[in-house]
Amino acid sequence: MSRQRPLSPHLQIYKPQITSVLSILHRGTGIVLSIGSIILVLWIVTLTLGESTYLMYSNIINNWFGKLIIFGFTFALFYHLSNGVRHLFWDAGYGYDLNHAYISGISVIISSLLLTSITWLIVYLRVV
Amino acid sequence: MAEFALPKHSKIVKGIDYPINSEAENTKKINVYRWSPDDDENPRIDSYTIDLDQCGPMVLDALIKIKQEIDSSLTFRRSCREGICGSCSMNIDGTNTLACLKSIDDVKGDINIYPLPHMEVIKDLVPDLSKAYEQLTSVKPWLQSKSDPEKGKSRKQSPEEREKIDGLWECVLCFSCSTSCPSYWWNGDKYLGPAVLLQAYRWIADSRDENTEQRLEDLEDSFKLYRCHTIMNCTKTCPKGLNPAKAIGEIKKLQLERR
Repeated sequence: MSRQRPLSPHLQIYKPQITSVLSILHRGTGIVLSIGSIILVLWIVTLTLGESTYLMYSNIINNWFGKLIIFGFTFALFYHLSNGVRHLFWDAGYGYDLNHAYISGISVIISSLLLTSITWLIVYLRVV
Repeated sequence: MAEFALPKHSKIVKGIDYPINSEAENTKKINVYRWSPDDDENPRIDSYTIDLDQCGPMVLDALIKIKQEIDSSLTFRRSCREGICGSCSMNIDGTNTLACLKSIDDVKGDINIYPLPHMEVIKDLVPDLSKAYEQLTSVKPWLQSKSDPEKGKSRKQSPEEREKIDGLWECVLCFSCSTSCPSYWWNGDKYLGPAVLLQAYRWIADSRDENTEQRLEDLEDSFKLYRCHTIMNCTKTCPKGLNPAKAIGEIKKLQLERR
């Protein structure tokens, strides 16, 4: 009897492609949203705790690093939203042809970048 | 929890380099995954340089050439060499396909060849498909009926009904799709995978089959069916140009309708 058979390589060798990369991005942004929502909820909680707590929390967030994280959060939100709509079409039975999946995938990337940019443009034009 | 790294005994080490001896100008280096059950070594990558002017056009031709002229111990499955038998499925240049349908010219640079991903390896490019075949058997891929056909006649089907199984019956069961699916990699013990679900739908969609309801009932399972997250690697990789993702989508739709 021979010894234990090896497992053939998978992630290590499989070529990344639009299909799998967008899918893993959907899961990744889902995780980011879960964690990010804690940051948002904490923000609201500190608001109820009074001015000093709120200012303390705002100071923690209100720097380039905090903004970068919130920027990532907004992108995650819009990507997950757009790709969620793509999933709804699939669930209804549309968009399974490979070229349609590519078109919808690229549209999702464009729309999430666009929505993120618009959101931050609004933030900067109004607040700063 | 999915195991993303390879187990220790599956880690790949550097193998043997077989340079070309002749003065050939049109050469190609082919890196092939090797593992033998007969020694205690880890899997390795052997590199063979071949003369393309003395070789057929397909990757399978290159493998046969290597086996005949350089290393007779190289082991792989093949039979029809025209994309009908589904034997020579493997991972070539990062995606799964049939070696007999993959043109050497389509690969830029060296050709990297591995067995179908995330499978137990029997030897070299030969994966153990017994679990996948068991899963295929579990969906009862044959016609089931309660009624008898008209005496001496075959079961009738209109051209429109027959069209519904186009794009399904052509599957050659090479399992390129199932082994391209990350969901099948992580949950292959419980998730049926695209190849088997396409076969399941082939019989659900067949107007002559009278067991549709039971078939759907058997598939209504969070793992068997719903581990499909519409990644679509399956459709991307199918060497026959079929669409397993769509077939799975149709099953999910039918499940909704019968609730």
